[in-house]
Amino acid sequence: MGNVVISTPGMPLPSEKLFRKQTLVERLRKGDEAIHLLTMAGGWSIILITGLLVHHLWEYSRIARHQFGWHFLITSTWDPVNGLFGAWPFVYGTVVTSLLALILAIPIGLGAAIFLAELAPRSVSNALTFLIELLAAVPSVVYGLIGIFLLIPVLTAIMPAFQKFFGWLPIFSGTFYGVSYFSAAVILAIMVVPFIVSISREVLLAVPIAQREAMMALGATKWEVTWRTVVPYARQGIMGSVFLALARALGETMAVTMVIGNVAQVSTSLMAPGYTIAAVIANEFTEATGDLYLHALIELGLVLFAVTMIINALARLLMLSVRTDEVAL
Amino acid sequence: MSAAVVAYPPLRRRVVNVAMLTLSGLCTLLVVGVLLTILLYLLWNGAHSLTLHFFTQLPAPVGEPGGGVRNAIIGTLKLLSLATLIGVPIGLLGGIYLSEFAGGWSGFAVRYTTDLLNGVPSVVMGIFVYTLVVLPMHHFSTLAGGIALGIMMIPIALRSTEDFLRAVPRSLREGGLALGASKSETIFTIVIPAAIYGILTGILLDIARVAGETAPLLFTAFGNQYDSPGWLQPTASLPVVIYNYAISPYDSWHQQAWAAGFVLLSGLLAVSVVARLILARGKKLSHG
Amino acid sequence: MARSFSANAVQIRRPDIDRFAHSDAAAERERNQLPWPQFTVADLNFFYGNHQALKNINLIVPNRRVTAFIGPSGCGKTTLLRTFNRMNETVPNTRVEGRIRLGEHDLFSYPVTTLRRVVGMVFQKPAPFPKSIFDNVAYGLRLEHRLNKREMAEKVEQSLRRAALWDEVKDKLHQSANGISGGQQQRLCIARALAVDPEVLLLDEPCSALDPISTAKIEDLLFELKEFCTIVIVTHNMLQAARVADYVGFFLNGELIELNRAKHIFQNPDQQQTQDYITGRFG
Repeated sequence: MGNVVISTPGMPLPSEKLFRKQTLVERLRKGDEAIHLLTMAGGWSIILITGLLVHHLWEYSRIARHQFGWHFLITSTWDPVNGLFGAWPFVYGTVVTSLLALILAIPIGLGAAIFLAELAPRSVSNALTFLIELLAAVPSVVYGLIGIFLLIPVLTAIMPAFQKFFGWLPIFSGTFYGVSYFSAAVILAIMVVPFIVSISREVLLAVPIAQREAMMALGATKWEVTWRTVVPYARQGIMGSVFLALARALGETMAVTMVIGNVAQVSTSLMAPGYTIAAVIANEFTEATGDLYLHALIELGLVLFAVTMIINALARLLMLSVRTDEVAL
Repeated sequence: MSAAVVAYPPLRRRVVNVAMLTLSGLCTLLVVGVLLTILLYLLWNGAHSLTLHFFTQLPAPVGEPGGGVRNAIIGTLKLLSLATLIGVPIGLLGGIYLSEFAGGWSGFAVRYTTDLLNGVPSVVMGIFVYTLVVLPMHHFSTLAGGIALGIMMIPIALRSTEDFLRAVPRSLREGGLALGASKSETIFTIVIPAAIYGILTGILLDIARVAGETAPLLFTAFGNQYDSPGWLQPTASLPVVIYNYAISPYDSWHQQAWAAGFVLLSGLLAVSVVARLILARGKKLSHG
Repeated sequence: MARSFSANAVQIRRPDIDRFAHSDAAAERERNQLPWPQFTVADLNFFYGNHQALKNINLIVPNRRVTAFIGPSGCGKTTLLRTFNRMNETVPNTRVEGRIRLGEHDLFSYPVTTLRRVVGMVFQKPAPFPKSIFDNVAYGLRLEHRLNKREMAEKVEQSLRRAALWDEVKDKLHQSANGISGGQQQRLCIARALAVDPEVLLLDEPCSALDPISTAKIEDLLFELKEFCTIVIVTHNMLQAARVADYVGFFLNGELIELNRAKHIFQNPDQQQTQDYITGRFG
């Protein structure tokens, strides 16, 4: 009994060898380090690209930034011939169309999401969601095409009747020629609705059953359960989807360019033509003569970039708690 | 029997219930209806305008009927090949990095920047590549357009690769390591093959997504009435053709725009559906 | 850390091992014949972050025998098993102190990939690679050896026969390994590990996800495997340990309470805690 001493000859056990790290050459030979470095290069090249992007936007808008400062954003004269650049009509148009699009899209998108998540049988819900997500893949230029040849004629046909009743409101006054803030907002709403529906639906589906059952046990109707319990519980994720939609609407270019009319003016009426930041860049960039003009347009790009980044960051923050399958989009 | 046993909510609450639920159904109907209308309208108009010449001929001069967009179709294919060549390798490597190697601040930085890049408006990406490639080269080119689309492909390729690799169970990785495979051997012979259907799906959907991008091509690939030989000339592409023809005043060009929209959209939807089928097949295979 | 051994000797402070030397002739013969020990563990401590999962473990795992580690969950038995082929190193934020010898040599001086080929492992849940049955078994072979088609087929067949699976799968070698039953999958994982001719096979609760019939098949298998392999099996099923094991180690809260012949442990353990555990009186 007691301690046993086992003697084995030739045991190489200097203690510093115990946790010996393999040399760099050994590790490279086995492939792990090389692959690590290679994939790291891939990952870091994204940081490099994004850094370059920010740097170039900043550097190539230098002249305009120096010349106009913050006034760039709040003055309304856009006169390339005389070298005067004020971006207010574009900022205004971007904000108005995006907000109006959200006002149209949120109730409808949320309603559809509630129906798909809470009421529809799962198979129907999945099929419709598949369809809606498929349509999120339709390119914006195709929406523009539809906007010009389907939406504008339809709106032109029904707007006079609408204006008979609501034309006294400043926002609906004036003659409707088709191209307008309103048309742009409708097309934007159609484009962002799939996002709101598909993300909100996932968020709603993720609400635990226990939350619903607690409310049902109190004798609540289906709608009361949904509206008072499920939706508030999923509030953050829904807000996140709205912010994502907003970021997309702000940066949307082609469809808006094709239906907004491209007139650099600020109008109270939604029936009037206007302009957005993205649209003016798309239209004038290749025609920009002179460095100041080019830099002014790139500064618009910088503004757009900064705003969408902030909104995207907010959206991500709100969605942190929610795991949605973005790949499925 | 006491009436309290079947205590329905008061009438007002029941009416609200039915009304609101109906309303949500109507919302769904509206969304699906509008989207379907758009799709069918496009298919109808596009199919009407489509001719064989559309695929084989160059654009006809203004006012002359007929002509096609052969150059734009070839241009789009070239742009997409180049974009895939640029975006997919970086996306794959980055995805492998995030899922298999990155930890701590480096992983956070790469992941966060990728999301940032994903949110960049496409028109801003166009400006960036214009300053990066077009300005130094002094002319528009297929190369610049391909780079713009390629950079736009990176974030989705990367995040979908990462997600599908992460979904590979830890037990498979351990199985490989326990047989004496090194980490990289395990990644390349077990983890990636197990996730390959998902990764392919992600890449296909990614290609479909950028195939319709117009804004970044306006100031990089620009446009071209003729064929664009090589990679250093401006080139036509389907999305830009749709845009230019749609805002033109000519009826025959409008027809061409519809046809181009039809071709582009059917291509995209076909790729999306194929991608989802691949994913479904992969799921079926891995569950026996 | 206090090191109480010289370069040529390790002191094993557990008295249990001495039971090997019980003076009956068979044990004596065994002791002289066997090139034991397979693993010699001295002063082993293991940490997950700040949590110490193994506390000062000293033990010997004999060669070509089935050694079972038993104990309640979280007692460290799996951690020790995974230290034997350094699988724990794939878990971030872990630390190991002390020394382990594999045969004559320091375990940590082997390149880790070589070590894991010598010390194979089968996990709790059957996890066949999403490849064909053939490719699963051939996986380890293809990593190092350049075998031609015929040699490869022979080796795969031999491994599947050793794992008592050949007759059941010989007609569907090229079908997906996900299509066979859970018990077959687990034996496939054993075949996969055997294909590279390991010296040791570590089994981490290999039957916990299986039905009784599959369990019986795998237990039968272990008797044959120990002809050419040292087997270490972690199990929380004491009956299983009693059926298959030659030696049993009982762990509690990260400590080795005792390690001895299976018969001894189950009939007449030295420690009260062991007695309590095997009779089910353990809280």
